Amino acid sequence: MSCIGVIDYGMGNLHSLAKALARVAAEDRIDISYDPDKLARADRLVLPGVGGAKYCMEELRRLELDDFVREVAGTKPMLGVCLGMQIMLEHSDENGGADLLGLFEGDVVKFPDPAQHDADTPDDTRIKVPHMGWNQIHRTREHSLFDGVPEDAWFYFVHSYHAAPEHDKDILGVTEHGVDFASVLLKENTMAVQFHPEKSQGAGMKLLANFMHWDGQV
Amino acid sequence: MPVAKRIVPCLDIDKGRVVKGVKFVDIKDAGDPVEAARGYDAQGADELVILDITASHEGRDTLVQVIEAVATQIFIPLTVGGGVRKNADVRALLNAGADKVAMNTAAIERPEFITEAAQRFGSQCIVVAIDARRPKKKKKDDTPSDMQWEVFTHGGRKSTGIDAIKWAREVVMRGAGEILLTSMDRDGTKEGFDIDLTRAVADAVDVPVIASGGVGSLEDLYDGLTAARADAVLAASIFHFGEHTVGSAKEYLRGRGVHIRV
Repeated sequence: MSCIGVIDYGMGNLHSLAKALARVAAEDRIDISYDPDKLARADRLVLPGVGGAKYCMEELRRLELDDFVREVAGTKPMLGVCLGMQIMLEHSDENGGADLLGLFEGDVVKFPDPAQHDADTPDDTRIKVPHMGWNQIHRTREHSLFDGVPEDAWFYFVHSYHAAPEHDKDILGVTEHGVDFASVLLKENTMAVQFHPEKSQGAGMKLLANFMHWDGQV
Repeated sequence: MPVAKRIVPCLDIDKGRVVKGVKFVDIKDAGDPVEAARGYDAQGADELVILDITASHEGRDTLVQVIEAVATQIFIPLTVGGGVRKNADVRALLNAGADKVAMNTAAIERPEFITEAAQRFGSQCIVVAIDARRPKKKKKDDTPSDMQWEVFTHGGRKSTGIDAIKWAREVVMRGAGEILLTSMDRDGTKEGFDIDLTRAVADAVDVPVIASGGVGSLEDLYDGLTAARADAVLAASIFHFGEHTVGSAKEYLRGRGVHIRV
């Protein structure tokens, strides 16, 4: 039996994520915790998060989890979800700016402001922010984390900022919403996804299951 | 392609049971919320909205229990509304398994609540529900209203004197991440969405707009997502009573060229 640590710093819908993990890994133990000692004993870690980057980082620092995440990154498989992905970069423009964990080189930037509707444009072409709803991922290469996930599978997104990593080699998947943005990152044994696998029905559950069996190979 | 248009079934809940309000007055029992939610998930619904239609007047513990039960069964986004008045209500629903929380009357009475909730929980989970209708025709000697649509609260019973388009802009400025827009003129009529209202709001704001009120046919869904420029369409009765499934609605919309997840 292996153990999955879900990092609980008071931000986000941990229950949905924990329920989805329990569904795909019935034989494993799921520890939802803010105790670094307990989390250090887990075989793999999940860093969730919703809300604002600045507040998230403040809470991580307050619970002394920021250094823990930096230290543990690369030593065991880790998955960042949504804001949990964004805070793995170096800096976010959100809310006046915030310094982040820096596991991936690069920044978090806002989607461009939606253009005002032009009476001549077709009805459904205007891009809205937040990027909210179901969208697809264009994989930059094949990877075991996508085993059994159809190429055109849909995932649920909800965010107004997106990762802009420094290095293309860290990008495993790209999604289009007005601009092409990095929706899946991978470096060493840290994977980060902008969408919510726990809200993405079959494809999301398959991806979580793959993460649970991932050996951490890039 | 950008994000797909969404089909969002809605469950109206009263004391833990699903009902469908016809103009929010005549309501009839239509089943167990967990069963209904599971059914919609299986049909391919993009999201689910659960509205507690009596929560403004009554206790909220039942709703939290319903959300907890539903959230263990479905793995699509869940929006919950009804009687949300303070950050503690938002937190309780998010903890129970909601992904987004909708506020309506409380936002009108105290617009700062939108800001507070958005700052604490993030705009992505704050939905403001706007119930709007065309103002009643005035008597001859009255000054004509320059408002095209007025905001109503308390399930469409209480007039506010607020212009719906202006209000939509304000709620977004205050941090709402999405607008759930219901035409009180059309709700329960099956005559189709109020296209002009929906389009005016969708064009006025940068956040997604869910159109609600009046769906009677699959063509109404198409019109809502194209002519009315809504990002998502909400429907209850056409799905509730088995007239159509979410799957058949999506096949129809895709056949007509709408970008949709199937």
